[in-house]
Amino acid sequence: MEAFAYAAPRTVAEAVELLVGANGSARVLAGGTDLIPQLQEGRRRASLVVDVKRIPDLCVLDWNPEEGLTIGAAVPCAQVAAFPRVQQHYPALHTACTLIGSVMVQNRASLGGNLCNAAPSADSVPPLIVHAAEAVITGPGGTRRVPVESVCTGPGQTCLAPGELLVRLHLPVPPPHTASAYLRFTPRNEMDIAVAGVAAAVTLDPAEGTCAHVRVALGAVAPTPVRAIAAEEYLAGKPLTDEHLRRAAQLAVEAAKPISDVRGSAEYRRHLVTVLTFRTLRAVRDRLAGGPAARS
Amino acid sequence: MSTKVIVETTINGVPETFVCEPRQTLLEVLREELGLTGTKEGCGNGNCGACCVLLDGRPVNSCLVLAVEAQGREIVTIEGLAADGLHPLQQAFLEHGALQCGACTPGFLVSAKALLDAHPRPTEQQARRWLAGNLCRCTGYDKIIRAVLDAAERMQADGSAGEAALADKAEAGATGNAPQSSSRPTAGEEVRPA
Amino acid sequence: MKVTEKNGHEYRVIGTRPIRHDGVDKVTGRAQFGADVRLPGMLYGQVVRSPYPHARIKSIDTRRAQEHPGVRAIITAADMPALDTDAVAELGEGAIELKYASQLIMARDKVVYQGQPVAAVAATTRQAARDAARLIEVEYEPLPVVEDALAAMDPGAPLIHADLYTVTPGGGKAEQPSNVAKHIQYERGDLEAGFAEADVVIEREFRTAMVHQGYIEPQNATASWEADGRLTVWTSTQGAFSAREQLAQLLQIPAGRIRVIPMEVGGGFGGKIQVYLEPIAALLSRKAGRPVKMWMSRAEVFTGTGPGSPTYIRCKLGAKRSGALVAAQLYMVYDAGAFPGAPVGAGAVTALSPYRVPNFRIDGYDVVTNKPRVQSYRAPGAPQAAFAVETVLDEIAESLGMDPVELRLKNASAEGDRLVYGTPFNRIGFREVLEAVRDHPHYNAPLPERRGPYAFGRGVAAGFWFGGSLTSTVQLTFNPDGTVNLITGSVDLSGSRASLAMIVAEELGLEPHEVKPIVADTDTVGYTDVTGGSRTTYATGTACWRACQDAIAQLKVRAAQLLEADPDAVTFGGGEFWLWEEPQYRISLKEVVANLQKTGGPIVAKGIVNKLKMAPAFGAHIVDVGVDLETGKVDIVRYTAVQDVGKAIHPTAVEGQLQGGAAQGIGWALFEGYVFDGGVMRNPNFLDYRLPTALDLPMIDTVLVEVPASDGPYGVRGVGETPIVPPIAAVANAIARATGVRIRELPMSPERVWRALGGADQPASDDQAGETG
Repeated sequence: MEAFAYAAPRTVAEAVELLVGANGSARVLAGGTDLIPQLQEGRRRASLVVDVKRIPDLCVLDWNPEEGLTIGAAVPCAQVAAFPRVQQHYPALHTACTLIGSVMVQNRASLGGNLCNAAPSADSVPPLIVHAAEAVITGPGGTRRVPVESVCTGPGQTCLAPGELLVRLHLPVPPPHTASAYLRFTPRNEMDIAVAGVAAAVTLDPAEGTCAHVRVALGAVAPTPVRAIAAEEYLAGKPLTDEHLRRAAQLAVEAAKPISDVRGSAEYRRHLVTVLTFRTLRAVRDRLAGGPAARS
Repeated sequence: MSTKVIVETTINGVPETFVCEPRQTLLEVLREELGLTGTKEGCGNGNCGACCVLLDGRPVNSCLVLAVEAQGREIVTIEGLAADGLHPLQQAFLEHGALQCGACTPGFLVSAKALLDAHPRPTEQQARRWLAGNLCRCTGYDKIIRAVLDAAERMQADGSAGEAALADKAEAGATGNAPQSSSRPTAGEEVRPA
Repeated sequence: MKVTEKNGHEYRVIGTRPIRHDGVDKVTGRAQFGADVRLPGMLYGQVVRSPYPHARIKSIDTRRAQEHPGVRAIITAADMPALDTDAVAELGEGAIELKYASQLIMARDKVVYQGQPVAAVAATTRQAARDAARLIEVEYEPLPVVEDALAAMDPGAPLIHADLYTVTPGGGKAEQPSNVAKHIQYERGDLEAGFAEADVVIEREFRTAMVHQGYIEPQNATASWEADGRLTVWTSTQGAFSAREQLAQLLQIPAGRIRVIPMEVGGGFGGKIQVYLEPIAALLSRKAGRPVKMWMSRAEVFTGTGPGSPTYIRCKLGAKRSGALVAAQLYMVYDAGAFPGAPVGAGAVTALSPYRVPNFRIDGYDVVTNKPRVQSYRAPGAPQAAFAVETVLDEIAESLGMDPVELRLKNASAEGDRLVYGTPFNRIGFREVLEAVRDHPHYNAPLPERRGPYAFGRGVAAGFWFGGSLTSTVQLTFNPDGTVNLITGSVDLSGSRASLAMIVAEELGLEPHEVKPIVADTDTVGYTDVTGGSRTTYATGTACWRACQDAIAQLKVRAAQLLEADPDAVTFGGGEFWLWEEPQYRISLKEVVANLQKTGGPIVAKGIVNKLKMAPAFGAHIVDVGVDLETGKVDIVRYTAVQDVGKAIHPTAVEGQLQGGAAQGIGWALFEGYVFDGGVMRNPNFLDYRLPTALDLPMIDTVLVEVPASDGPYGVRGVGETPIVPPIAAVANAIARATGVRIRELPMSPERVWRALGGADQPASDDQAGETG
């Protein structure tokens, strides 16, 4: 690791000042599970590392029935997963938080870090997208709110300008009759990176038994996590029959633009999207029915 | 050379002050500066768990923690596991032969201690999931898992699990890998058609 | 606890499960591994490695690094003796020509694999050493890369070594240089007639990936070169004497000036015999005048040490309708990496020796490529060969409608049957192992029924390893309290101290904890070969047994003094000396030991083993897999490892060997493999080089079959290597039974299984290679 300075500011304003002062050469440290190996292996460089875990705003974890869930950008996954409202209202996110790395990694890795590292395979991002999460970003010019699906702009790249800091994530209260799920595929059962991942959230129209609202998001199959719009549109207004799920799974592939790499070929990834989309939607259906896959 | 900083922390219950460069990991400082060499380096990037320590009670890879982050925090290493005699996990590892070369052993023990703190009566599947971040190349995990489950039982019998009785919710398998992967049978019990 | 044996022997200690002697140190973090060494004034060393798999070194500029604060020494190949000899360094398990071994330590004019050292630096802190290493400027001229062994054999392939001429089966040398270092051949009978006689002939091609031993502790070394020319090295090695010999030859200094202190070893599996950092640390220490410690990062371990050989094998077997094998032909290409020395010989011998085959021909090739130079990996060469032979056997069983275990029983070698090179087997337990498999509840249990896309299958496969002897020295000294120091040169990789101490305790009538096993350094104990080749409990154990007989003979004389009798009148048993004729006159061994000073002073007993008969250990594994037919993912749902262990000294330790070997084999089968791109490794980390985790394996049942070996005490056999031989083929056979498709290339990754299931119409395309994760 090349030498760098270290700062642990106590406020968002202080952190932003440090980031601005470093002129783009500072790196934000939350859990460090991506940043530290990247610095060690020379894949990223930093003149200054800004540890944001001592800023109270970034360590908030709160839920209320009006605004929903607020997750500080530095809150570790294990803490998110242990928060009862998360398992109850945001099961797709809960699952992701128990899948990232190992227990040891989950005790450090934050959702803010997972999002800002902007790996296409980031497990928490498709769930955040289907939960309609927004990112609250503060910079020298003030604070803005950005839908999570617009945060990642490419592998390792985000919409954050130099000097900007991701402060927290907001997840709205899901409407009644909503369930979600996240499934990923990895060669090993743990300690692995998604070859493909699919999150889905469905709100049922209880009178009709059809989908009032659907979100499907894919991970590891495009330069950024993406929504499978064609699958969403197809399912809208339809009941969750196996036949419809299968068709939606086929349509989900339209959103996938995978590459071939050491973890899998583009072709295999596209195939996994269909398998996982079907299985994820089936898990959502089971949860809506209060079936075996229901969590709460 | 970059500027060094002073870090005040607590290690194995004892206040400790050390000086380090910001780029030094907690693992490196424990081993090279503080002489706490029981914590092992296996991979240096969070993929093997040999360097597991407790940071404020939670297991972490000390290779993925900057030493400066330890300011004001409490650290427990393998050297802090045995209090009055060996910890039941240590005793169980010895009796079950749950170690061969011993390089992964400190990480497993610290990780397993955290498991039993959080889940005093883990199922086999829970133990395997919790310990999946600790790689062992010698044992095939069989004797390690048996030792952990046995230690849990003994601690329950002794009441030494104490206040740690957190709600023990099963963490259902959440991978897309296999339907009902948590229903995998273990050797020793017959595999029956579902 | 008494254990009564089938053959009537009763043992007091052998066969029990005492806590190992080094156990407490290892569970409390006090055990001293190589990287835990700390010496006064110690510097930190860092190697500079080639990013190119094949390139000429045009220049190395160390000036900027020299000026970096804290730097105390920099070395390049210019600081190493030039070794242009044809001498060969015997490593105990494998060998390497010295001139190549020297280049493995430090490249001279050109680099032949990515990760090859080109320079090294020592500095006052690890950070400074790493910073300075980045300041060393090396100018390379890249050369064409030869990545694949079959391509390397092509006559038009770029030559990696201009002076490499194929050694032919007769022992001659080819006239033109090539990348084929060696061609070996074994033949018996009439091949054509054999195949003509066969009712079924099956020929298949197999490919295995380069795999790593994956020990958790990276290589490390600390060296202190004193002003008077003595060199002390603390290191993680499977053999202190082998390391000393390599250092003496590579540095061209007398072995007597070198002391190698073997530290606790965090796993070796064959990969910690060859020295890598030791000579570099020594040269840095000589130059700096201070001790130097260094250790490898995991990426350095992957690219800069010696993995297991990748292979291409063509296997053709012919059998009669009765199941009797009549002919076999094998074409085996073993990739050695950058320098000659792939374990194709052991691969060839282990491939066919388990079975009686009247007519065969094996051609084996040792081929160099621009990849890391391979080293031994647990039963070196055998798992790859067994993958081929044992899966073709399974296909023959299928096509004959025979049970695969019955087919093996029909053909299994027994005592007197010859290995492929002609020597007959002595007593072996292959048949007993196969019978144990056939009769095991696992083998006879119904498989789970298919659930949705999840199908189940059961596979079996077998294999063996020779069980070597080599040389071991053991010394016993006695303490006034009656305890014994057992001084051995055998490095303890997995608990061998306990087994050795148990043998001494058994013989001397002591409790295991009354024997203190000490792994000694090269100045302290007689020559002892490496811990490898499944030899330690067998050969060093025999040395322990012999040392006990020596001790008893010496102590008998002292006991006679104390009993005021003639030594010939004294006998020993159960920890006591007594008079043949008057058994009421007796004295305990402890009492005799307590009185040594009064009866003539201390005694030192010794046991030396230099040549024992081979003690082959056969194993067979049963595995049930579940395959997700939609994704190609394979789960191991049940596993049983059966092995002839001769006599289990410490059954817990033996079970651990079987379980660990099975787990490594499963990893090799399903997950592991170097991924290369133009000779550059793309996955040098434990994230994308996937060792099985606790969640990827079930409990692994073991069955210890005890057929005594022909030599050595108690019938003990070495057990460590055999368990990695059957798993790959067993898993492949199980997948075939579950899915109807056979995978003949490793690893049997989900994508590969999915493709074999017809999931994709075309083979994988390399379009748009890049980062996704």
